[in-house]
Amino acid sequence: MIELLQHIVDGLSLGAIYALIALGYTMVYGVLKLINFAHGDVFMLGAMMGYYASAKWSGEAQNPSFWGAALVGILSMAICGVVGFIIERVAYRPLRNAPRINSLITAIGVSFLLEYGGQNLFGPTPNPFGILPRREALNLGGLSLGYVDVIVFVVSIALMLILQRIVFHTRIGTAMRAVSWNAQVASLMGINTDFIISFTFVLGSVLAAAAGLLYASKYPSVHPLMGLMPGLKAFVAAVLGGIGNVPGAMLGGLLLGLAEQLVAGYWSSSWRDAVAFAMLIIILLVKPSGILGRSDAEKV
Amino acid sequence: MSEASAPLLKIENLDVHYGAIHALRGASFSIAQGEIVSLIGANGAGKTTTLRAVSGMLKPSAGKITYRGEDLAGKKPHQLVAKGLCHAPEGRGVFPNLTVLENLHLGAFLRRDTAAIHEDLEKGFGLFPRLRERAKQLAGTLSGGEQQMLAIARALMARPTLLLLDEPSLGLAPQITEAIFQIIEDINRAGMTILLVEQNAHLALGIAHHAHVLETGSVVQSGTGRELLKSPEIRRAYLGE
Ligand SMILES: Nc1ncnc2c1ncn2[C@@H]1O[C@H](COP(=O)(O)OP(=O)(O)OP(=O)(O)O)[C@@H](O)[C@H]1O
Ligand SMILES: [Mg+2]
Repeated sequence: MIELLQHIVDGLSLGAIYALIALGYTMVYGVLKLINFAHGDVFMLGAMMGYYASAKWSGEAQNPSFWGAALVGILSMAICGVVGFIIERVAYRPLRNAPRINSLITAIGVSFLLEYGGQNLFGPTPNPFGILPRREALNLGGLSLGYVDVIVFVVSIALMLILQRIVFHTRIGTAMRAVSWNAQVASLMGINTDFIISFTFVLGSVLAAAAGLLYASKYPSVHPLMGLMPGLKAFVAAVLGGIGNVPGAMLGGLLLGLAEQLVAGYWSSSWRDAVAFAMLIIILLVKPSGILGRSDAEKV
Repeated sequence: MSEASAPLLKIENLDVHYGAIHALRGASFSIAQGEIVSLIGANGAGKTTTLRAVSGMLKPSAGKITYRGEDLAGKKPHQLVAKGLCHAPEGRGVFPNLTVLENLHLGAFLRRDTAAIHEDLEKGFGLFPRLRERAKQLAGTLSGGEQQMLAIARALMARPTLLLLDEPSLGLAPQITEAIFQIIEDINRAGMTILLVEQNAHLALGIAHHAHVLETGSVVQSGTGRELLKSPEIRRAYLGE
């Protein structure tokens, strides 16, 4: 029983991180109908900037403090927000009216640029990561809850609540949902669609940075290719929940994290990475629009 | 020229291409402040295309559009909305993934006068009580006719100076169509200028101060609504006599 609970807690903690990344895929898909393959690399950049800010630009990593971590986090999220803005502006906007395949190929190109540019800039070897103060794990009657996991839960739940609030209860969020349905009609309402698209990229990139920092805190190392697997899996999570659907991305992320952890725990950890792709195949066969995807009526 | 004598909207020798398709060929007409102007014509004549060019959705290949004395070349739709030029597109165009209330609020997206927005919302609900009952419902769950009512109510939420209406009666029951034309006349009397595209030539000419007939992308006949209603060619071609 305790073992099962432990796997569930660990799975949800991983799943919350996938969910944060998946939100960026799904929101960008919502407004642009584009799979932003560079998204996983923005996640990497988030962790990498956290490493630079805490270990290179300051001595924070030697003696981590809670407020130091918050500061490092905000800095890294801000940098990634700017990078997301630039990626959309430079790489995708000029292709807005080009065939979809051109944007898709460009997305892969941007991803390579960040991965190999990253290896050049940051070096190809992994570096140790640590921005959180070290604390004992909480022991709840045999169930161990790591300090990092507590932070993962608190931060990701807070971010998802804020996002939910923005998307469903603000003027700009309403505009995002309108653009995701039909950008042309949205522009007839007076919505500046270019601005909304930029905003969406910034929002998604900030969440990806937060996910990168949490992931690197959980598995404490950073390297330029670290975004590959989590990026792919979060994409699967977004499809699982229904691409374009915000609550769906959250659900898909949590489900995927849980499934991975349960398979790794009860079966074999070498199957861990296969779970995501098995789930992708199943959902594409059973309900291609995703769990919460309502074929066409509900986007973003 | 003073505001009063210059037309509110002037379209001169407008050409629009969709790739190889030449949809508008030198269309010209103008609209004075305070008028209802109707555009009639067969399917594919270029009516919708004209509205799209005016609202900035399409880039004309030649010609000039002037609104309040300003050349509109290169202006984006959202910039025109800010200038009081609103386009209620053909085929409903409501956001099915948003609630009725959210749709209505989007109509007033650029307005900041919260109190007046609320007033207009109440007015819209007054015109279409069905929308009030459905306010919290997703617009995609409305019937076709209800969506059309929502589209019109939403367009009014912008308080436009010039409203482009594309087939407001599409898919509506006859009584509702009549009610909508009454509403169009009322808001026009209250000061809104209207460019109306409508299949029902009888109704369209009946309420128009001026009207233009489009045929394969050019204006082939113009006059007051009454003149065109009497014209034998019009009666034959568009009024089914
Ligand atoms: N997106 C498009 N791509 C190619 N051709 C188009 C496009 N939109 C319209 N056309 C063509 O341009 C011409 C004018 O179309 P438009 O929609 O303006 O007609 P309309 O007068 O509004 O007709 P209806 O009364 O049927 O709505 C038609 O021949 C149409 O086939
Ligand atoms: Mg039309």
